Amino acid sequence: MIVLRGRKVVGGRAQGEALVTHMTVPGWGGVNPVKGVITETRHDLRGVSFAGKVLVFRGAKGSSGWSAMYHTTRLAGTAPAALVFNEMTTKVALGAVVMRVPSVTDFDQDPLDVIETGDWVIVDGDCGVVEVRKKS
Amino acid sequence: MLTLTDDEKAMLDGRHGKARQKAMGLLVRYAEALGAERFVDTQNVAGVPGSANAFLQNYYKDKGGPEGDAIFSFFDLDADELVEAPSAVVHTCHLQGGADPLHWQTLGVREEIVRGHEAREAFAVSKGVEILKTCTPYLAGNVPAFGEHLAWMESSAVIYANSVLGARTNTEGRESTSAAMLTGKIPDFGLHRDEPRRGTHRVNVRLPIEAVIDWGMLGYFTGDVVQERIPVLVGDMRPPDIVRLKHFGAAASSSGGVEMYHLAGITPEAPDPETAFGGNVPEEVFDYGPAQRKQVYDALNANASDADVDYVMLGCPHAALEQLREAAAMLDGRRISANTRLWIFTSRAVRNEADAAGFTAAIQAAGGVVMTDTCSAFAQAVPPGTKVAALDSAKQAHYLPAILGLQAWFGTTRDCIDAALTGRWNGVCPS
Repeated sequence: MIVLRGRKVVGGRAQGEALVTHMTVPGWGGVNPVKGVITETRHDLRGVSFAGKVLVFRGAKGSSGWSAMYHTTRLAGTAPAALVFNEMTTKVALGAVVMRVPSVTDFDQDPLDVIETGDWVIVDGDCGVVEVRKKS
Repeated sequence: MLTLTDDEKAMLDGRHGKARQKAMGLLVRYAEALGAERFVDTQNVAGVPGSANAFLQNYYKDKGGPEGDAIFSFFDLDADELVEAPSAVVHTCHLQGGADPLHWQTLGVREEIVRGHEAREAFAVSKGVEILKTCTPYLAGNVPAFGEHLAWMESSAVIYANSVLGARTNTEGRESTSAAMLTGKIPDFGLHRDEPRRGTHRVNVRLPIEAVIDWGMLGYFTGDVVQERIPVLVGDMRPPDIVRLKHFGAAASSSGGVEMYHLAGITPEAPDPETAFGGNVPEEVFDYGPAQRKQVYDALNANASDADVDYVMLGCPHAALEQLREAAAMLDGRRISANTRLWIFTSRAVRNEADAAGFTAAIQAAGGVVMTDTCSAFAQAVPPGTKVAALDSAKQAHYLPAILGLQAWFGTTRDCIDAALTGRWNGVCPS
């Protein structure tokens, strides 16, 4: 098991299968919040559902509608279980707050080097600790 | 560690009412998530308070209390109880909305949804919000001063305010702007501070940048290579007008997350490259020349193959008065093709000016429609049966195919007007 230590963004504890992208994640205009999928053309997660997954990503990009889109995923029941990301911006901070999912950033090692899609990830937002069990 | 002033503590303790308590509570959660240490005061908020798309209108229908208060409490303020919203305490304007109030039938929006938008607008008016209904508040009466702290949504307006006007705002969201409207506070983070405004990446512009399409493609390239960092562009750029700056910024904030840029010798915090970098050593240096221009052009036209154009959309970001003048002049008294529709989007303020100047009538006489408040991407509305669209905005070309599954051609305004007149796409990469 691998342990990453970072900083709390939103507290709480959740676990799930990792969904990893090295790209920044789009908001309004690049995501369908009711279906819980990325729709942006040329995105490597295009058409993939993030519902219930631990979303591991670089950061947020694009429109100021980011928070409202991911806020809507909570209402629609399609929100990710937790967020693990590298680059802090107002978009991703506000989005994480209103999604109300455990979220951690500022890690001692790059989660994108360690976590792969399909790994099992446990996120403790309050302590800023992320545990990774590699898929066999 | 976040420190609160006495007036912020008073709001958080509920001494200014429940709604301001919820607003301050949300801002505190947000500031802690950011790692901010304090708030700045703002007197200028641009958001979408109380608005709702079809999903939210339906979701909050039976959540208790007046619908406007339910949406504002549960969604805008992310509160767990219904609160009665007081009026805005600072100057607050409403950005773009979901439907044109005159042409909603042409737009294809259902009447019940339009009535919902009208009710949401009346709610905002009742809270003292100015109804600009545009993504370009800086063309409709809200022009911030240099150094002014803002809480603005709309990525294309944020990048314009920071870079062109020297005002200070991060890309705020729906919830943070509604909370700022009730408190006059926003976290002191990012572009509110001096150091994060300095350049981090350099783009050497190796070909002349003159036309609107040149600026749009350069913006799209820049956003793609620097993502959310701060580019300093150096090279052969003719001093751009408002339209060019509008298209450059909208493109850079769509392909990446650029919220601030410097044009050396042009924008106010970049009298020269050294000042723009403020002591930073560029982390990466990129060249923009003919090869990069061709790549951007091809990427923006990547999903188009059918030269029969059903729909031409102009006005992303919302058209400036001179763009409506230009469209009317290019149409030159002719009728558009029977197989093609032409919709041009702008703000209510600019439409009034275009009405007075005769541009709206000239565009309508050609068979086009000038609409306000929204756009095809935002309203998710195109003419019935549209399979192929033509666009002069890199931002719209970025979003519209993803949102509506259309083919989209990208080119000059002239290419687009020609497509409207002939029904055929004949655009080529500028050289």
